[in-house]
Amino acid sequence: MITVQNLTKKYGESIVLNIENLEIPKGQSFGLVGNNGAGKTTFFSLMLDLIQSTTGHIINNGVQIDAREAWKPFTSAFIDETFLIGYLTPEEYFYFIGELRGRNKADVDIHLEGFKDFFHDEILGQKKYLRDLSKGNQKKVGIVASFIGDPEVIILDEPFANLDPTTQIKLKGIIKDLAASKEVTVLVSSHDLIHVTEVCERIVVLNKGEVVRDIQTSMETLNELEVFFGG
Amino acid sequence: MLKLFLTLEWKSFFRSASFKANLAIKIFMVFGALYFMAVFLGLGIGAFYIIERQGWGDPLLVVNRFMIYYLVGDLYIRYMLQKMPITNIKPLLYLPIKKSRVVAYSLGKTVFSFFNWSHAFFFIPFSVVLLVEGYSPLGTMGWHLGIMALFFCNNFINVLVNNKDNVFYMLLGLFSFLGICQYYEMFNITVYTAPFFNALYQLPWMALLAWGLLIALVSNAFLYFKRHMYLDAGLAGKKSLAKTEDYVWLNRFGNLGTFLKNDIKLIKRNKRSKTAVIMSFFFIFYGLFFFTGAVEAYDGPIWKIFAGIFISGGFLFSFGQFVPSWDSSYYPLMMSQNIRYREYLTSKWYLIIIATLVSTILASFYIYFGWDAYLAVIVGAVYNIGVNSYLVLWGGAYIKTPIDLTSNKKAFGDKQAFNAKTLLLTLPKLLLPLGIYALGHYLISPTVGYIFVGMAGIIGFGFRNRVFALIEGIYKKEKYKTIAAYKQKT
Repeated sequence: MITVQNLTKKYGESIVLNIENLEIPKGQSFGLVGNNGAGKTTFFSLMLDLIQSTTGHIINNGVQIDAREAWKPFTSAFIDETFLIGYLTPEEYFYFIGELRGRNKADVDIHLEGFKDFFHDEILGQKKYLRDLSKGNQKKVGIVASFIGDPEVIILDEPFANLDPTTQIKLKGIIKDLAASKEVTVLVSSHDLIHVTEVCERIVVLNKGEVVRDIQTSMETLNELEVFFGG
Repeated sequence: MLKLFLTLEWKSFFRSASFKANLAIKIFMVFGALYFMAVFLGLGIGAFYIIERQGWGDPLLVVNRFMIYYLVGDLYIRYMLQKMPITNIKPLLYLPIKKSRVVAYSLGKTVFSFFNWSHAFFFIPFSVVLLVEGYSPLGTMGWHLGIMALFFCNNFINVLVNNKDNVFYMLLGLFSFLGICQYYEMFNITVYTAPFFNALYQLPWMALLAWGLLIALVSNAFLYFKRHMYLDAGLAGKKSLAKTEDYVWLNRFGNLGTFLKNDIKLIKRNKRSKTAVIMSFFFIFYGLFFFTGAVEAYDGPIWKIFAGIFISGGFLFSFGQFVPSWDSSYYPLMMSQNIRYREYLTSKWYLIIIATLVSTILASFYIYFGWDAYLAVIVGAVYNIGVNSYLVLWGGAYIKTPIDLTSNKKAFGDKQAFNAKTLLLTLPKLLLPLGIYALGHYLISPTVGYIFVGMAGIIGFGFRNRVFALIEGIYKKEKYKTIAAYKQKT
């Protein structure tokens, strides 16, 4: 599904990302871990063509990302609050994203119905603009919006940060379900090793821009990661 | 403690992102500031003699008569532009500093605002001239100090009423109404207010009243902020009650409708964009300078076109110029969603066109000054639609200044908006139509001048698809730079 070749990103002299080769098959739930500055967000930004690579490129479902835009209809993401439109209510935001992805109001309403539990009565019908919601609730909106329109690739940067424990557990369930369907490729980054090992089939560790571990998740994975980051 | 506050202030000023503009622009701005100071100084000194020579009566009485409008106008400008002192308080809240000290400092800071001392450039020279011209020193002193206190009162009134939009707009409406009444000589409020300002001169001790009012306002503001210095009270941003709106009638336009809906909400729900629309409304009246012959320099025939372009193009200049910066806070979303630049740009273009048409219709009162005047407006509108609408969208690709929708800061120009490319693009926006008109006017006849400008607009309109493809290419080329620039928030 996603192929990365000789991808580097330099700012001046410093190399912030250098991935020689990476293959992510369709339907995989892919976890990206690393310390601050490891290049996680840089990689995701490159996946979305928000920054330009210095060399190499990413191919998403046969589309070279920086050359054509055909990857947009089947790819969705929530990276940070710049993916939210502050002056819309959550409902309006969902409908807006829905319309861009070819889903009408009724479709979106059905979709949202499935996340009633996840929203915990704090999102819909609140008479608040997104800019006035708490960080955690903003994140919930962004994550759910990224599921609208049956995307084949979903990119979530630090989805667990800022969420309350209940929502974290629910989100893990949602991501597991998506992964189980084998139709959706989910890319998740996180600082929380427990969460990633729980939801991702495969974990890649980035350190100073380079892939230093590429693990198929098993019982020992958490331990291995803790040794890596602890030592 | 004060020293600590001041170093914080110093750093926040010199390290702000906007300060790091290039040297040429800084020099340019310094000259601009000097120019305005000189103008005000000149006005302060000259006002007395101008009024005297025009035979309007005793200059002091004339100034006093219009003082009420000056004060209200000042309050209006402050309300729109002056930054509130509370913005930087948050990080100080939990530090071991007495609350009263933080409040005193923040309120004290507003005293040194440009909005206070700029008036001195008019009032000090004016008072000096009064003394030179033999007005009583004690009276002049009382008048000067009294008026000064009133401007500082404005400062604190603004601090107190900030964000109370209803009160503010009601007052604004009232005074606009009074102004109109005075113009048509139905009711003259200055008859009632002028005696007070005159009294400041005749009975200098009256200045104490003004200072008393000032002290009352200061202590009021002080107590108010001290009592409300909590994150969920005085320091909380204003939260408006949100209502989900559908605008179903726009659905028939497909994807274009999706963007139009968003743009309408953008304009309706954000302070900065509302200001842009209000400004564009005032542009409509700009033509009065030209068609009433109020300003002699504008009497030449080609200036009519200039006026026409501004009257119908207020929205184009105040809003269109900053496309795509209006979407800067969520530009990464727009760039990764399933959006085609063409549709995105077309939506903005339609907004500009609709606003231009509305302005043109609203401006129909210029018929009062003759059909010739209104024809200039219509021709200007055609040129705006056919040529300028593209040029602003094109120029927008190079501006790359992130816009904070919730604040009015920088609403009246931003130095980053001045770069060589945007300056070059203003030439065809303003000067080219003047040139085209002059060509027709002087070579053949005024009517042909109008026809020429109108033709330019119609030809431009015909090339719509071509031009959009061109602009689309530029937006794509600038995409990464734009995203990076929008990330740098001040």
